[in-house]
Amino acid sequence: MVHGELWTVKELFVTPNEYIYWSIQIVMYPFMTGLVAGAFVLSSLYHVFGIQQLKDMARFALVFSFALLFAAPMPIVLHLQFPFRGVEIFMTPHFTSAIAAFGIVFFTYGAIVASELWFLYRKHFVEVSLALREKQDRTLGEQIRYLIFCTLTLGVYDISEESLHRDEKAIKFLAALGIPVACFLHGYAGFIFGSVKANALWMTPLMPVIFIMSAIVSGIALCMLTYIVAMEIRKYLAKRKRAAYAGLQSQDQLKSVEISVIQMTAKYLLAFLVAAISLEILDLIFRGYTALKSWDVLRSVIYDRDFKTIFLMQYGIGNLVPLILFLIPGITIRRAVLGVLLVLFGVFMMRWNVVIGGQAFSLTFAGYMHYHLPIVPHDWETVKEGLVGAIAIFIMPFALFTVISKIFPVFETQKAR
Amino acid sequence: MKNHVLRPLFVVIGIVVLILLARIVIVPKDFGIGERGYMYAWYRKSNEEDWKKFKVKYMGREYCKDCHSDKYDAIKQTPHAAIQCENCHGPANDAVSEHPSDQRPKLVIDKSRAHCLRCHFPLPYPTSARLKIRGIDPDKHNPDMECSTCHNPHQPMEGLK
Amino acid sequence: MISRRKFLKNTALGIAGMGISLSALEIIDPRKLFAEVAADKAAVRWAFLVDTYKCVGCGLCVKACKEENEVPYDANVTRTWVERYVLTKTGKLYADTPKGARDGFTTDKIDLNADGIKDISKEGIEKAFFVPKLCNQCDNPPCVQVCPVGATYQAADGVVLVDRKWCIGCGYCIMGCPYGVRFFHPVHHTAEKCNFCYHRITKGLKSACVQACPFGARQIGNIKDPNDPVTVAIRTQRVGVLKSEYGTKPQVYYIGLDEEVR
Repeated sequence: MVHGELWTVKELFVTPNEYIYWSIQIVMYPFMTGLVAGAFVLSSLYHVFGIQQLKDMARFALVFSFALLFAAPMPIVLHLQFPFRGVEIFMTPHFTSAIAAFGIVFFTYGAIVASELWFLYRKHFVEVSLALREKQDRTLGEQIRYLIFCTLTLGVYDISEESLHRDEKAIKFLAALGIPVACFLHGYAGFIFGSVKANALWMTPLMPVIFIMSAIVSGIALCMLTYIVAMEIRKYLAKRKRAAYAGLQSQDQLKSVEISVIQMTAKYLLAFLVAAISLEILDLIFRGYTALKSWDVLRSVIYDRDFKTIFLMQYGIGNLVPLILFLIPGITIRRAVLGVLLVLFGVFMMRWNVVIGGQAFSLTFAGYMHYHLPIVPHDWETVKEGLVGAIAIFIMPFALFTVISKIFPVFETQKAR
Repeated sequence: MKNHVLRPLFVVIGIVVLILLARIVIVPKDFGIGERGYMYAWYRKSNEEDWKKFKVKYMGREYCKDCHSDKYDAIKQTPHAAIQCENCHGPANDAVSEHPSDQRPKLVIDKSRAHCLRCHFPLPYPTSARLKIRGIDPDKHNPDMECSTCHNPHQPMEGLK
Repeated sequence: MISRRKFLKNTALGIAGMGISLSALEIIDPRKLFAEVAADKAAVRWAFLVDTYKCVGCGLCVKACKEENEVPYDANVTRTWVERYVLTKTGKLYADTPKGARDGFTTDKIDLNADGIKDISKEGIEKAFFVPKLCNQCDNPPCVQVCPVGATYQAADGVVLVDRKWCIGCGYCIMGCPYGVRFFHPVHHTAEKCNFCYHRITKGLKSACVQACPFGARQIGNIKDPNDPVTVAIRTQRVGVLKSEYGTKPQVYYIGLDEEVR
């Protein structure tokens, strides 16, 4: 069977080779890179602009951004017809293609995040490896741990005041440098779509900016969500183990920290959300006002065929409802959770409406294509380009975060133990 | 080492060097920029030859002429003159139908009604040449018979068989 | 203090610049980057001429193309296809291309895909015609521009080819083509497209579709040769190209192109 035929239904006049070639994984790809970029920008708000209320969140966001970083290229790899040839974008990059820049930008960004993490956790690495070195008869697990941490120090064991001060300066610099790179990383994901002149819906110079804004929105939302979940677990632990570990913060202490962090972060979420919505509405108004040749078919897709996914699910449930939730004064954790979940859903729907919506009409402007997401997989293709593949990609950063946070402890208190 | 700040940079340099070394091994030697420049011709040169070596299957009527001169000459006098032998007889040089004994291809002749109807289903479209081709109503004109039972495709104007 | 700041700056700059500068220097020779003008020196530039008045929609071109180029016969993709446009007296446009017209048009009903079959009375037709489509081998091929790995390219004679051994199958070229000529090959799984039968034209043969067409609706020629019949026709007759607004400079010219042709 022809690739794409399985999940494409054609209607009216569609040329023979047209199918929905870019399916669910290409929806996941900007969604995941968006989360990476957003999480990093959030962490930089503290490191660069010194917004103290975000201190607790910043460290967490950076580690989470690192976990997301590994998950971000996976959708593209799964989408490729030849996943193992993917390395060619490093071997023979063709820089006139927006995708070719992926290798370079992604590597640069990864290097910045990794370096910043190294400076942030260097003291921790040194402490752990020195502690393990002194220990006699190490178990196998400890031996491995010792080797990992020794490698991670990169041979530097100097943790004097002066050197730590240097670390801080380096972090600040890298965080500042990372903001434009993170924006570039995601802006060019928008460029991948915005520069396709053959696609009437995608082609707009606003696309990269819209993508950056919604990326930051989704990144902040995911950080808030994960932060809340982590704090709830800690509160639960604090409740149970208070007696045994006196060093732990009390439940109330944690709660007040949590709510103030959420309040602060929500403000930034709102600001970027408003910016993202404004840009998207501007794009829509502009298309309707200029009414080019493609507008007839675009209008029928936007206002008729995809009305539910665009206006109901994306703008309504995904944007308007959380906007109201966050604007009502006196935010609670429960309301925040609901809000960020809806925001994440809204951003996902935005990606969906861009990627799938952009392929909902034919190049003839006289036909349509419908996408049917493969839910129950029956071969490799429906696994990787179906619901299962998408869910696997979404779970991946959380699984990675669990592993990575063993090396980069996110919360100060764990050290205190 | 007095200044540790550069350590991550060294790691990055190391990775970049590794990628560059991998390029030497992985990238084909003839990969480069062609005459249309980097934007339109950044490719593996020998691929042009790969395509040129692709097998030709449709040989054209001159290929059939020497052995089938009778048919070749006959059809030339008819309205079917412009139709290539292989349009109905199938590609002459198709590996799939090659005859094992004499290396000459075993051809599959398309005698279906649908094949004749490609042109002879009446579609009197204004501004299209299809308008001028005589057609039959396939549902009424001897629906169960192959066209070649009565008509000779090589001499369609010579009356019925 | 200054030296430390310098170090920091270098670290960051180095990290950012490393990927770009080193690898870029390694693979792109700046002198070659500006060598695009060289294309004009080529002695051959293939171009195609379609006469839509002559096309009867028999689809023999599609049949020949699929067999010649080993595109699975029953797969619903094709390197070339024929479209039917029917304009009614009420001003409505109906168009279709069932199976890319591999089996021609043997019914007067219009195939609207999921919307079923549309019956149009002969009396209600104002004008109707067939339009063969194939790769335009654009002078500015957007599909080549967007290939991230250099797996598709334009040869000096203007034909755009795909390297089946190097294509990663990202589908960006398929998305980049305004004419919908690209698809994934059902067997090789790489991007696939019409290449004017490169193996034929480089041997002095005509493209399979050109040879198979009994009506002379399709012609291929060298636009650099002033005496080539195709060149003469393009220069002396009123011809049009598809979707010129995209700036792709397509090299398939059409006689009798209608405003309704997409």
